[in-house]
Amino acid sequence: MNRFWNYWVVVLTAINIAGALWLLWATSRKRPGHQGPAEETTGHTWDGDLSEYNNPLPRWWLWGFYASVIFGLGYLVFYPGLGNFAGRLGWTQENAWAADVATARKQSDVQLAKYDHMNLDTLRHDDNAMRTARNLFANHCAACHGTDAHGSKGFPNLTDGDWLHGSDPATITTTITQGRVAVMPAWEGIIGPEGVEQVSSYVLALSGHPGDAQMQRQAKAGAEQFATVCVACHGADGRGNIALGAPNLTDNIWLYAGNIETIRETVAKGRNNQMPAHADILGATRVKLLTAYVLNLSGATDEEREEHEANDSPEGDAHEPTDTAGTQAH
Amino acid sequence: MQQTEHYNDRVVRQFALMTVVWGIVGMLVGVVIAAQLMWPALNFDIPWLTYSRLRPLHTNAVIFAFGGSALFATSYYIVQRTCHVRLFADKLAGFTFWGWQAIILSAAITLPLGMTSGKEYAELEWPIDILITIVWVSYAIVFFGTLAKRRVQHIYVANWFFAAYILTIAVLHLVNSAAMPATLFRSYSVYPGVVDAMVQWWYGHNAVGFFLTAGFLGMMYYFIPKQAGRPVFSYRLSVVHFWSLISLYMWAGPHHLIYTSLPDWVQSLGMVFSIMLIAPSWGGMINGVMTLSGAWHKLRTDPILKFLVVSLSFYGMSTFEGPMMSIKSVNALSHYTDWTIGHVHSGALGWVAMISVGSLYALIPRLYGLDRMYSIKAIDIHFWTTTIGIVLYVAAMWIAGLMQGLMWRAVNTDGTLTYTFVEALKATYPYYAVRVLGGFMVFCGMLLMAWNVWKTVSSVKHGPDIPVLAPAAH
Ligand code: HEC
Ligand code: HEC
Ligand code: HEM
Ligand code: HEM
Repeated sequence: MNRFWNYWVVVLTAINIAGALWLLWATSRKRPGHQGPAEETTGHTWDGDLSEYNNPLPRWWLWGFYASVIFGLGYLVFYPGLGNFAGRLGWTQENAWAADVATARKQSDVQLAKYDHMNLDTLRHDDNAMRTARNLFANHCAACHGTDAHGSKGFPNLTDGDWLHGSDPATITTTITQGRVAVMPAWEGIIGPEGVEQVSSYVLALSGHPGDAQMQRQAKAGAEQFATVCVACHGADGRGNIALGAPNLTDNIWLYAGNIETIRETVAKGRNNQMPAHADILGATRVKLLTAYVLNLSGATDEEREEHEANDSPEGDAHEPTDTAGTQAH
Repeated sequence: MQQTEHYNDRVVRQFALMTVVWGIVGMLVGVVIAAQLMWPALNFDIPWLTYSRLRPLHTNAVIFAFGGSALFATSYYIVQRTCHVRLFADKLAGFTFWGWQAIILSAAITLPLGMTSGKEYAELEWPIDILITIVWVSYAIVFFGTLAKRRVQHIYVANWFFAAYILTIAVLHLVNSAAMPATLFRSYSVYPGVVDAMVQWWYGHNAVGFFLTAGFLGMMYYFIPKQAGRPVFSYRLSVVHFWSLISLYMWAGPHHLIYTSLPDWVQSLGMVFSIMLIAPSWGGMINGVMTLSGAWHKLRTDPILKFLVVSLSFYGMSTFEGPMMSIKSVNALSHYTDWTIGHVHSGALGWVAMISVGSLYALIPRLYGLDRMYSIKAIDIHFWTTTIGIVLYVAAMWIAGLMQGLMWRAVNTDGTLTYTFVEALKATYPYYAVRVLGGFMVFCGMLLMAWNVWKTVSSVKHGPDIPVLAPAAH
């Protein structure tokens, strides 16, 4: 604020407050002839029977008004308010906020320091650590993945043992710290609406939903399309590629939804999905706690995971869904 | 020149009846959106029934259609009665009625279609804004024209408040709605960033202070002394609280933007002036309530007086609550929660709707040459359903708001938040249910009022021409 506006603010504020005080003082003075509650009106009459007494201002009200003005002036001495005058306390909302955050951070860092040097397997079996991790998950992850981590359309289920990007601890840590971007190109312009229709039927059939005779005919044509354009990412057998985050299309587990309309939409318009990076928000210890928590979520014990990796199945199809509705989210 | 002059009560009757109609419409939409917060499926996946579009429809319908019509009706009535003249410019007065209804209708069409400037309480797009300006200037000409030709020297206190409200709303509307049109139904505010936010809430708060407060104080200053048959308590108090109210209100807007990117000094001024607003606001309440001293026994038999007195208590409550919520550390808790919604409706339902309803019950029979409404019993039932409904609504929102604020900030020893947002939302559902119930009661009261008004009015073929009363000799 330059000097002119600074004085403008100060002077206007002062005039208004002084004006209010003057008004109070002037009207509360006792005038000759007006002592106490006069049972006598001001002498004016409107609309037949409207008139006014001129009782003095109630004392408690008057003093209340003065008190609020004194509070206001006091506040303006100690806090910013009068133009460029910063106030005696030097308070600003940024500083107040930063101080609060720093205190909270420090408190919580002290609490979490004991986990700094624990390894993942120990953390996974430490009840206190997992309680904290569950809180962290509720604060930072639940908005997208759900409080129960079951996900929703576009947001993967983290409990089903099926992975877009991989299940080993290092990969999960990378997912959390750096985030993930997954892009599925739009195909309508390239293979045409007809092609979209065919290849979508094929995708649905891959997960065991062949559909009616017409869809089966389309799926046959779709198989050729798939082998030329989709294979690069989803693989010849449609089992996906974790390096690209391209999902397994054969396991009847769906990130979007397992019905023909949604698949058609995915293929025609493409998808652009993002898991935000959390390194700066959380710091290393919290990421480690969350990694341990996510590992526990998918139910895999250490032994199971080793067995699983030995099986060399990148898309971990340990959890075949039992329902056949085909609309389950990833 | 003329034999006997008569009051122009035709336009008053028109506005008075439409107040009831818009009250029903606006509160029905209120009940619908309250129910949608409880059961989101109630938008039936139809775009123009979604919460986002019905909410501004609700606020526009209750504030500008219901509240606005009530203010037009009572200000036109009161300025004639207390100036002892017929309304200035009959044709122009008639135009303000049809113009205002046209504005309301266009709001009722464009808002559900999703056309909005995005500024709360100023959502209407620029062509409608221009119509508002024309109607409002006509209103000012009629009102001040009538004041100018008054046959008494002293201007009655109710008219001060109406005058302040009409002038200020004109300025607020012009400044806040300044926008660059892009197409017929889209425009962009001329103010950048945080300046836009400040202008918006300077408007928003003064809309509360002048539309929802000063105008209705004008109503109060006529109907309370009339209904109680007592002189106004203190002329001096009127003077002090009038001038301090209108000057201090102007500064209080920033309390809507506490802990935002608005500079600290502006926030502080908003807070300080809000605290200093308690006394000026209470001045009006005291003047109203003390006017009744000596006539308290009438409360037993006159439900209209009950409406008026309870509205003043809600006024006192919300104007104490508002300044408390302006204190930075309190606002840090209350902002974004349903506490704000509780505050809004203790003011808007408790004060604005109750004083309007009470005044209409007093006004309507007089406009038709009758001495009372068709059913006094029905007024009494209306009073109780409304009062209980409002208390349910407001109390539910207070508890819900406080609970939300506390849940959002609860922290575990490990530094994590105790509750997720969804948990706080889930805990709010019972209170949303109570609000639906309370709102439904208020709405039913309005239906009863419509019936009572119909029974009263339909017995009279033509509204009578009432001769202007000669001023009292001084
Ligand atoms: C803004 C929404 C959002 C938030 C917040 C979020 N995620 Fe994600 N997350 C996603 C999306 C979207 C994906 C899927 C990315 C893709 O399509 O490849 C994902 C993927 C993942 C994956 C990989 C799943 C797989 O199958 O490979 C993990 C693990 C994960 N998130 C954990 C977390 C954790 C832990 C947090 C909290 C620190 C978190 N996410 C917060 C949106 C989010
Ligand atoms: C450039 C690599 C790439 C190509 C080529 C590609 N996809 Fe994809 N696809 C992806 C990625 C990555 C995702 C995951 C998107 C996400 O996480 O949101 C995906 C997702 C999908 C899904 C959604 C799966 C679910 O669980 O909801 C379907 C269906 C799909 N692709 C079908 C196809 C078809 C059919 C083709 C060929 C026409 C194709 N994709 C070609 C990378 C590709
Ligand atoms: C039957 C009576 C009413 C019901 C059920 C009702 C209900 C509601 C609901 C559900 C909301 C939205 C709250 C939210 O977003 O969380 C709302 C907002 C609002 N209502 Fe009402 N309402 C009623 C009467 C009134 C009246 C009579 C007025 C004014 C005279 C009014 C003024 C407002 C305002 C100004 C808002 C916006 C508040 C804000 O943005 O903070 N309401 N109302
Ligand atoms: C001295 C008087 C008053 C003061 C200082 C005051 C103060 C406040 C404050 C601090 C808020 C909350 C802002 C936020 O956190 O977002 C608020 C909101 C509100 N108040 Fe008041 N209030 C007063 C009187 C009233 C009255 C009498 C009414 C109604 C007739 C009213 C209607 C509203 C409305 C509609 C909102 C919601 C605005 C929005 O967010 O959409 N206020 N008021």
